[in-house]
Amino acid sequence: MKNLNSAGNGNRKLFFALRIFCTVALGVSLLCLLAVVAYVLINGVTKISGDLLFGDYSVSPSILPAIIGTLQLVGISILIAVPIGVASAIFLVEYTNNKGRLMRVIQVATETLAGIPSIVYGLFGYLIFVVAFGWGYSMLGGGITLAIMILPTIVRSTQESLVAVQGGLREGAYALGASKVRTIFKIVLPSAAGGIVTAIILAIGRVVSESAVLILTIGMVVKDIPASLMSPGTSLALDIYYFASHGYPDEAAATAVVLLVFVICLNLLAGALGKIIKKSTGETK
Amino acid sequence: MNPFQGKMNISVKDCNLYYGDFHALKNINIEIPEKKVTAFIGPSGCGKSTFLKTLNRMNDLVEDCRIEGEYKIGDVDIYAKDTDINMLRKNVGMVFQKPNPFPMSIYDNIAFAPRTFGITKKSELDEIVELSLRRASIWDEVKDRLKKSALGMSGGQQQRLCIARSLAADPQILLMDEPTSALDPISTGKIEELMDELKKDLTIVIVTHNMQQAARIADKTAFFLLGELVEYDDTDVIFTSPKDEKTERYITGRFG
Ligand SMILES: Nc1ncnc2c1ncn2[C@@H]1O[C@H](COP(=O)(O)OP(=O)(O)OP(=O)(O)O)[C@@H](O)[C@H]1O
Ligand SMILES: [Mg+2]
Repeated sequence: MKNLNSAGNGNRKLFFALRIFCTVALGVSLLCLLAVVAYVLINGVTKISGDLLFGDYSVSPSILPAIIGTLQLVGISILIAVPIGVASAIFLVEYTNNKGRLMRVIQVATETLAGIPSIVYGLFGYLIFVVAFGWGYSMLGGGITLAIMILPTIVRSTQESLVAVQGGLREGAYALGASKVRTIFKIVLPSAAGGIVTAIILAIGRVVSESAVLILTIGMVVKDIPASLMSPGTSLALDIYYFASHGYPDEAAATAVVLLVFVICLNLLAGALGKIIKKSTGETK
Repeated sequence: MNPFQGKMNISVKDCNLYYGDFHALKNINIEIPEKKVTAFIGPSGCGKSTFLKTLNRMNDLVEDCRIEGEYKIGDVDIYAKDTDINMLRKNVGMVFQKPNPFPMSIYDNIAFAPRTFGITKKSELDEIVELSLRRASIWDEVKDRLKKSALGMSGGQQQRLCIARSLAADPQILLMDEPTSALDPISTGKIEELMDELKKDLTIVIVTHNMQQAARIADKTAFFLLGELVEYDDTDVIFTSPKDEKTERYITGRFG
């Protein structure tokens, strides 16, 4: 019989080299990440001031319009994308055969859509909302474009959360005389809630960090707080670009800190909420 | 309102079932008496679960599943066009091989079926929850932790919880598909005692791979083989003087 250990022993040097390589690679990637975060923080933290955060732009550069704009964009895109995305996923998983042709077509479509560069969505939003609808640059147009951009990801991750719900739970509910709708809303959705909420928060992260789409749809008007959703405006990510390219490096660095903190908080929130929901449905153990 | 109320005997004539082209159940005729325990035995893949699921129409959920024959509970045709499937399943409870408590509190698990059928008053629900847990003889173990998640219970407790959850729907018939195959002997013993108690009020049909279990608890036993019902008789007849040679080979463990 062949000695099963011989292969391993013969290649011990190779394994050792591989291990060293992996360790170094991990170190490099961690270092890059740390370097970026540290650089942004060190350069930006001291530049944050009350005036920058909440001041009046006509006096000195302020990111208040960007903070308000960012919140508006998150609100619009999530309000549109979440109901449509979750409902589509429910339809796909609960009402069509998971292995069917339609499912496969939609699978490919959502994957492709998720891979399209955001500038292409931006161009689409520009041609539709700014030009064809004649809205000009507007927060609404930008928000809808962002909603379209995050929709595929929300559909996909909701789908995955729903599929991951054990079949036994659905059977159990049906066997007790529950209708399909009751089974979906009382058993399946709560079981999948953790995953869905995490997906939504990660989508918010993408909305907050997006810039390409917004340059083409909301116009990067950094000075004014949008008067209505039909007004042009700005966002935190756009402000960084604007400040950096218009001779305000300090303000750019400070805004980057605000954005970074926001995104980190969102990610922590995603993790925490996911856990809390799992706990409340009793799924830990 | 509830056409199944008080009807506990099952009568099936010329049952044939196909999964696509596969002929899974062949010409099955059986009369299952009320307030008795009837056991289905037979080697793996012979169609026991499939037949059990025709009785509460769980096979409706399976695509490509075609069902022929006459299925009656009392005098109600369960495959009639106007049958309310949810009402049928309320009256014909089902317990699965793998305990499947919902990821919610013990209380909410039990209250699920009553709430489905419109009971919302707290006092009424409290009463049903306690009664159902008592009937499944698990009340004493969980009465202090009704608000805790059902997933924190042991496997045996979870299975009795699932039985209690079915009982909360006030069924007339209880179908159990290998309910003890994932449990230890003590939990198994508790569930067997439970069945003895429950059959005073309802009809029980149980699938089991455990011959001793069938011999211990069943009044009637049906032996299935390759989609056919080979023999169906009083349990002691099946185990002491089976008429069919295949039955004898199976119960004496001489079957492949
Ligand atoms: N959904 C399905 N689609 C296609 N074939 C199926 C399906 N469910 C069961 N079958 C087939 O029908 C036959 C009977 O299956 P069934 O699950 O009823 O057997 P069983 O007697 O319960 O077996 P076990 O003792 O292993 O649980 C098997 O050959 C099985 O492969
Ligand atoms: Mg089975």
